[in-house]
Amino acid sequence: MSGGLAVSVCYIFDTSIFERTWNMRGGFIRGLFDIDRRDFLKFCSATAAMMGLSEAYAPKIAEAVTTAAPRTPVVWLTLSCDSGCTEMFIKAKRPSAAELILDVLSVEFNDTIMAAAGEQAEENLKNAVDKGGFILVIEGAMPTKPGYGTIAGKDMLDIVKEVAPKALAVVAIGSCATNTGIPGAAPNPSGLISVTDALKPLGIANVNLPGCPADPKLLVGVVLNYLLFKKLPDLDELGRPKMFYAKTIHEQCERRSHFEAGRFVEAFGTPEMEKGYCLYKMGCKGPQTHGPCPTIRYNDNASWCILAGAPCIGCLDMKWPDAQSPFYGRLAGVSIPGFGGVQSTADKVGKVLGAATAIGIGAHAAATAAKGGKKGGGE
Amino acid sequence: MARLVIDPITRIEGHLKLDVEIEGGKVKDAWTSGTLFRGFELILKGRDPRDAWQITQRVCGVCPTSHAHTSTMGLEDSFKVTPPENAVILRNLIEGCQFLHSHILWFYHLNALDYVDVVSALSAKTTDPALVAVQGKLKTFVDSGQLGPFANAYWGHPAYKLPPEVNLLAVSHYLQALEMQAEAAAASAVWGGRMPMTMTSPPGGVNCMVDLDLIAQFLFRLKKVQAFIDNVMVPDTLAIAPFYLDWAGIGKGHANFLSWGVFTDPKSRDPYKSLLPRGAVYASEGLTAQKVGPEMVTEDTTRGWYKDGPAVNPAQGVTDPEYTSYDTNAKYTWAKSPRLNGKPMEVGALARMLVAYTSGQPTAQSLINGTLTALGVGGKPEVLLSVLGRIAARTLEAKMVADEMIGWTTALAANLGAGNSKLFEQYEIPDKSSGIGLWEAPRGALGHWNEIDGHVLKNYQMVVPTTWNVCPRDEKGVRGPIEEALIGTPVHDAKQPLEILRVVHSFDPCLACTVHVIDPDTNEVRKFRVS
Ligand code: SF4
Ligand code: SF4
Repeated sequence: MSGGLAVSVCYIFDTSIFERTWNMRGGFIRGLFDIDRRDFLKFCSATAAMMGLSEAYAPKIAEAVTTAAPRTPVVWLTLSCDSGCTEMFIKAKRPSAAELILDVLSVEFNDTIMAAAGEQAEENLKNAVDKGGFILVIEGAMPTKPGYGTIAGKDMLDIVKEVAPKALAVVAIGSCATNTGIPGAAPNPSGLISVTDALKPLGIANVNLPGCPADPKLLVGVVLNYLLFKKLPDLDELGRPKMFYAKTIHEQCERRSHFEAGRFVEAFGTPEMEKGYCLYKMGCKGPQTHGPCPTIRYNDNASWCILAGAPCIGCLDMKWPDAQSPFYGRLAGVSIPGFGGVQSTADKVGKVLGAATAIGIGAHAAATAAKGGKKGGGE
Repeated sequence: MARLVIDPITRIEGHLKLDVEIEGGKVKDAWTSGTLFRGFELILKGRDPRDAWQITQRVCGVCPTSHAHTSTMGLEDSFKVTPPENAVILRNLIEGCQFLHSHILWFYHLNALDYVDVVSALSAKTTDPALVAVQGKLKTFVDSGQLGPFANAYWGHPAYKLPPEVNLLAVSHYLQALEMQAEAAAASAVWGGRMPMTMTSPPGGVNCMVDLDLIAQFLFRLKKVQAFIDNVMVPDTLAIAPFYLDWAGIGKGHANFLSWGVFTDPKSRDPYKSLLPRGAVYASEGLTAQKVGPEMVTEDTTRGWYKDGPAVNPAQGVTDPEYTSYDTNAKYTWAKSPRLNGKPMEVGALARMLVAYTSGQPTAQSLINGTLTALGVGGKPEVLLSVLGRIAARTLEAKMVADEMIGWTTALAANLGAGNSKLFEQYEIPDKSSGIGLWEAPRGALGHWNEIDGHVLKNYQMVVPTTWNVCPRDEKGVRGPIEEALIGTPVHDAKQPLEILRVVHSFDPCLACTVHVIDPDTNEVRKFRVS
């Protein structure tokens, strides 16, 4: 039990609770199938902004979503991963997961949330694929060794090769799917490959939404773009939508002014930490990582990593996690303003780091960084 | 005798296959098999120890926070550092959100569809305008012909017992619960930056920003979730249970229960004084709690795809994978078989609540006794050893945790007010050391064993909740907990094995974390098909 201030009340049940539910239900069911109109328009404007479109697009987004009958079918395959992106997906707010599932999309197959199981689940997948015209979302990487990952006795790689050619578009969501992520980190024990590598031989290109996990807003952005313009958004050379992945975290970070002024946190639990100084010296990978975290924020706008106090560990980067580990090791090759260094533009910083990390910081670098008993709080 | 294979089992995290033998309308024997392998222990080797808590979070997208905390506690054991009181409180709050989110999600989205017939809700007679609206929307949804996640389930199965009106009410709560599990996650993001994959619980303490404004934001979100648990989830459990009382006699299993304890007492740090304390209950020897320790754990590999060898403690754990073929008479899964003093143990909310109850934890006692009385089985806690008991335990635990979280938040605010804002303790990473973290994920007992050499990780072993529950037989042929719990389960129609799903779902299996190391170089893996 916690300290003397605990205000937890012991709760004794009585049967009247049953009656109370029935009486109280009106208050609790706020027509959950309904998208509240005002909220919905807010969502549309926010989405337009996130997609880099003008406010004028908000009504068009509203129209695309509400008149898209039938709802856009989605087949969501969960492969070698931890289902974290599904978990993130069902935590979506504005639009909420309920709205996404019931009003915007038609999720034909997702083995975490679907009601059917076994044979019937397989049948759902087959029906959706036969009908075609669906967006294929792939969460997780594919083991290249037969038997390392199966669903209904079929290798995951074979399933993808069967389903992908029938899809309108293929979206790889999360780092496992885009670049094999954590389970594919050195030494890549199950020989994982990314969606892009799996589909290359079939001549199928895909959208990459890296992130560990990737936020559902990014997926919604891609789908809406498709509904609005009947095409996929502009992609960079790594298959990432430019509207989300053009800028580095560092370019958009609230703590950037501290970086420029040379005000850094040197260890956790210090006054500099309380003042919200720049986390670069704590290993922040913001200068190296491209992504929209500071602008989209996470979990109903509650926060995001650096705002909460954590150095970015670079989980949206296409080389995550080996290029970022050790996570608390300071990035090499950044000139720090305020320390006699040259004032680097964010762009330049990003490029320098890209080159530095291309060499690959692996287990050896981790060993060097940790040797000598560095302070737990810093570098 | 009919042989039935269900693959994939859905509404769990990860990939599980189940093989059962049915005779005379009942399950006669069962085999559970994890069908996906990753390899976290290999990935961790040679890395900075401080990266482990971030990497191991990615073992499981449903309980990442629990892995983070277990890993961090094991590293603190290695580093010989004790986190400050405020850090313990904040970790309890972040972990608490994880429990609330996970239990709500499990109750309404992973488990409820085994009991709630969505199609039957269409024929509910109601004049309540809110319910009429939900029903209308549901009808439009069904009429559109795009049933999405509700398509092709076992709707209309005779084992669905709720009247249409209760089904309709439950469907409306299914949707509301989607919002509430997201709200619980958002509350934890106030401290952790995001959820899943919390960012602020490294060894030494916490590195989140803390002030009264953030405390208010957190409380605002937490209170919404608490109100939902009190006013919807608890009443739903009590409303639905009377229709399924026969499930208090199904799925008992071995009835051995283990809890490492979770929600550390910020003052004493004694795991036997945690909100949900440490202990084991062997029901066949009576409902009493016994002390337990990590030295009692062994892992047996007789029936998993690993080289045979003696069962050893995870601290000496070796993992030598060797895929042969899927053969229920020999090896049939990637899960090892963990044992406590040689016994298979069930872990999860029921195990924790029983250990708390039998340890005399007052809140657990009043909640459980009150529920038993409300359901007309006062004074008979043994009915909890069942599918229905597992469901009730999760609901009651959610209530207990939510209430306690309000208390911890108040304590945090009081500490800040009294000038104690310490959040972090400095430390050095030792050259050589080893440590153990023992804690609980929503799904049950979780242990991380680390070994450090030359300031980097030399070895890392995890014994995770679902491995305890979903493990295969051991060398003595004793079944794993889920396998055992399935024995005797009635099956009305082998083509629609709804009853089997109920037993499996009651354990909330999460296969993402069961499968451990596989060495890519050792052997060829053959594909299997089961007829
Ligand atoms: S280094 Fe990190 S914390 Fe500092 S400004 Fe850049 S992104 Fe923000
Ligand atoms: S801020 Fe960094 S660590 Fe956080 S989600 Fe974005 S890329 Fe990942």
